Amino acid sequence: MIRSMRWKGAAFTVPFQLGFVFLYLLPIGYAVYESLFTERQSGLGLGGATTEFVGLDNYGQGLTDSAFMNSILRVVLFACVQIPLMLLISLLLALFLDALTSRVASRFRIVLLVPYMIPGVVAAIVWVNLYSPDVGPLTAIGKALGFDWNFFAPSMVWPSIGNLLTWHGIGYNMVIIYSALQGVPRELFEAARLDGASELRIARSIKIPFVRGALVLTGLLSIIQMLQIFNEPALFRNITPQTVSDSFTPIMIIYNQAFNAGNYNYAAALSVLLALILGLASFLFYRLTSKEAD
Amino acid sequence: MTLTERTTERPEVRGVRRLSQPDPASRGRGGQRFLLVGLVLASAYSLFPVWWLIVAATKDRTALYQSNGLWFSGWHLWDNLHQVFTYQDGIFLRWTANSFLYAGVGSLGGTLIALATGYGLARFDFPGRNAIFACVVGSFLIPIALLTLPLYLLFSATGMVDTPWAMLIPCLINPFSVYLAKVYTEATIPYELLEAARIDGAGELRIFCSIVLRMMTTGGATVFLLAFVNTWNAFFLPLTVLRGKENWTLNLGLYNWTGTRLESGIDLTGLVLTGALLSIVPMAIMMVAMRRYWRTGVTLGALK
Repeated sequence: MIRSMRWKGAAFTVPFQLGFVFLYLLPIGYAVYESLFTERQSGLGLGGATTEFVGLDNYGQGLTDSAFMNSILRVVLFACVQIPLMLLISLLLALFLDALTSRVASRFRIVLLVPYMIPGVVAAIVWVNLYSPDVGPLTAIGKALGFDWNFFAPSMVWPSIGNLLTWHGIGYNMVIIYSALQGVPRELFEAARLDGASELRIARSIKIPFVRGALVLTGLLSIIQMLQIFNEPALFRNITPQTVSDSFTPIMIIYNQAFNAGNYNYAAALSVLLALILGLASFLFYRLTSKEAD
Repeated sequence: MTLTERTTERPEVRGVRRLSQPDPASRGRGGQRFLLVGLVLASAYSLFPVWWLIVAATKDRTALYQSNGLWFSGWHLWDNLHQVFTYQDGIFLRWTANSFLYAGVGSLGGTLIALATGYGLARFDFPGRNAIFACVVGSFLIPIALLTLPLYLLFSATGMVDTPWAMLIPCLINPFSVYLAKVYTEATIPYELLEAARIDGAGELRIFCSIVLRMMTTGGATVFLLAFVNTWNAFFLPLTVLRGKENWTLNLGLYNWTGTRLESGIDLTGLVLTGALLSIVPMAIMMVAMRRYWRTGVTLGALK
């Protein structure tokens, strides 16, 4: 009877298993398979294309493709600046909220979460227009203050996109950190206060170490998202193509290879490479942060 | 507007603090003021783009380009709405319906599958259970491009590209939903209850449908809400698998409208902004109405 019950339990997961095979495993296998081939035009391009097995050639090409490697480097560098900054602001806001009464805190929390309710593409549309010298108020405000900033200048792209991502992300990250803070036993604070610790000291020595796990998690999620960034730069490119090139981020390159150059095999190889890099980055980040904890 | 509201609340704040937190003495008035100023600034930063968007949706083209962006100038909201809904034979309405269809039906199916899977993983011990769970967690690391490009090829081989199926089918399988459903099952469904039902002679399917699903209303609502938001916000998948205008989502349509100024010289900025505001409305209503659910969802999913 126990045995039959086990299989009934397994039956509940069958729809998911089937779907997972067809929508995850099969596509990944197909991408790996495709990445081992290439399409060659015959001599004059008249006889149509032939598909040839080329082994790992596409991967070799990808690893030496300066546009692809540059895009990865660009995104990684950007991640190293934007993610710590965003998490620092989120942490500060979470600590601020934690120091207030829950009623006041919950009002602020709702307000600070408003950006999270807005779809990424719409957030990008709003900010691109805020940045725009034609419609946006920021250029005029800058002029009034004596700054002559141009958010569409190529050198300003990352600050512009970084601000947009930070705006969109702080609320969400703050909620995760804040709920971790709520789990800190309140007696610890009482004890520390009795010992004469200042609020700043309590934040530094008790609260921040306690929410370390939440910070690692939000950091990891942000890294995964950042390496795959596509929507925001694509929207920028749609409005000011001179600011953002079509090989700005890894996914933009993959999309162009697949749908504009028609080079599916190469695009498949690049997406496998990106998956490996993503796995490696997550692993390194996890190791690095958990080592420090010891 | 909100700024003044916040600051006038402060005296009341201190009174409440003393009641709920017995030890406010160690925190100076200056410190408290510093915290509130910081939070008010952060709130202003969070809200001003939305404020600007609302103001922009009420302006005609001249005012949009020439008046102060942060304050009203004329009232053309109804004209703008009329334009958004009638432009290109009302394609905007079609996109809205599509977004609701994909997000609504896709998330409903995905939630049911996820609840069944989560229940199976959490309350039964069968060979391969750990392997399934490893797949669920491992798939968080798979870049979207690695799945979407081959899916596009598979869908085009089966003639499903550019049909609603190309959006609906991928939504049915959502590993994050499964993960949440497992966590919620562990938290809400006691083993003893299942045993009691079995002794009473209830079949496993009956137990799932009439006990588990009913007890999982809160968890299920959270899973549904997060999946809905996820699909509503999706961009890369629809961009890849939907070609014809009539199947697009709101996001894709708005993205396309932003590009027309450079492509064909038609400036749709006013329409885009009004449309952008409209596309936030369902999200806002849903988030506020289901606040209780998604707050637990966001935090539970993050902490486990």
